[in-house]
Amino acid sequence: MKRTRLNLTHKKLGAKMIEFFDWEMPVEYSGLIQEHMAVRTKAGLFDVSHMGEILITGKDALDFVQYLTPNNAARLTPGKVQYSALTTPEGTFVDDLLVYCLEENIYFLVVNASNSDKDYEWILSHKNGFDVKVENQSSCYSQIAFQGPLAFGILKPLTEVNLEQMNSFTSNWGHVAGEEALISRTGYTGEDGFEIYTLSQNPEKIWNVILEQGKEDGILPVGLGARDTLRLEATLMLYGNDIDETTTVLEAGLGWIVKFKKGDFLGRDVLLRQKEEGIERKIVGFEMIERGIPRPHYPVFIGDEKISQVTSGTFSPYLKKGIGLTYLPIEYTEIGTMIDIGIRDKKIKTQVVPLPFYKRIKE
Amino acid sequence: MYPDNFYYTKDHEWVRIEGDKGTIGITDFAQKQLGDVVYVELPAVGTNLEFHQTIGVVESVKAVSDVYSPVSGEVVAVNTELNDSPELLNEDPHGKGWMIQIKIRDDSELQKLMTVEEYEKFLEGLEE
Repeated sequence: MKRTRLNLTHKKLGAKMIEFFDWEMPVEYSGLIQEHMAVRTKAGLFDVSHMGEILITGKDALDFVQYLTPNNAARLTPGKVQYSALTTPEGTFVDDLLVYCLEENIYFLVVNASNSDKDYEWILSHKNGFDVKVENQSSCYSQIAFQGPLAFGILKPLTEVNLEQMNSFTSNWGHVAGEEALISRTGYTGEDGFEIYTLSQNPEKIWNVILEQGKEDGILPVGLGARDTLRLEATLMLYGNDIDETTTVLEAGLGWIVKFKKGDFLGRDVLLRQKEEGIERKIVGFEMIERGIPRPHYPVFIGDEKISQVTSGTFSPYLKKGIGLTYLPIEYTEIGTMIDIGIRDKKIKTQVVPLPFYKRIKE
Repeated sequence: MYPDNFYYTKDHEWVRIEGDKGTIGITDFAQKQLGDVVYVELPAVGTNLEFHQTIGVVESVKAVSDVYSPVSGEVVAVNTELNDSPELLNEDPHGKGWMIQIKIRDDSELQKLMTVEEYEKFLEGLEE
């Protein structure tokens, strides 16, 4: 099993460790609900060093990124970040990812841990004709996410980087707790916050100094358990659950990352046809009306007919009820549509609700 | 930690005997394994349970776990407080977090269960 450089730090904190796609990762420390609410109301610290990092450099780096991804990477100036995808020729997902423009013709792709090897091979297999160098740097980087309304104020004295000047979806090189790092104003929780990438051999310095700095404010280390409930409330897709090689970018409700005008990219033809003809199914969110917790793969019914299955589902610690995502035929996707979830031998009533389930109030 | 007048199972249920009644719950070890409990499903009063039959389901945010009856008998009471306060299973698993009470049909079944000493030894084995 693979271990992050913070593995012992987690064990010292008493984390419950689990295997997650061949990585030994903390799933919870003090308790999932407490950790979840700490991120919503204060701040929480996550080790997400299992995430993959792939560097694309060279004369054709921009053209190559443009070809691999549907969003418009030409809009990225150095220091800007965008959410995008690696798409198949069918307009489905090889993965979803963040694209960083670090400098002109230097692009840093942050991909899912479970996909980093597949993505690297995929990217290599398409580089013919592009003058680029592709490097899988996944094992080099540690990544620490610091998320929540207090994250900004706690991080500020620990870095020389002017955080005030960092908008959402920008990044900057600097130091945190004396360690060189790429600081990025991004996250996977629905809160304001930062993701900190470092090549340091001592990322625990960053971890410990932030935890110490935020101690009086009641910040907590947060495991993968709450990471999942936070991202689902914020309706951020999870590869392997909500999106994969069978779901198109438009069906997943991510039309905003598809820029047809930018020129050709993998999957453009299929996605353009889907846009013109209309999609047949779409991802929707639902909330339980009756008691019960939806889980991935539970069947979804309209009347007696099983028409789908739950892709992500959980108990929402913030809303205090069961929530989930599923793909439905387009005629059933209207807000308020009643659907049933099969939980064990019962059908439990739910209804389609607007997404996201949770949206922070911006200052 | 574990009361010495309870009987225990390998699935981490406990039963407390008073006369011909047995009160049933899950152990502290079980609630720790599960994490924050957010949903409990219990049988109706009057249900007849066989030995080791599923009596209900306990769900944490992340996990779903079946609970089995340590003894056979008829359900005479259920802890309906758990519907609104499932966290009682975390806070007081051996007390306020009790799940059901049954009228024991055959008390010889208790011999198949573990005493507190045996259960604690069993837990030590799991932790190794």
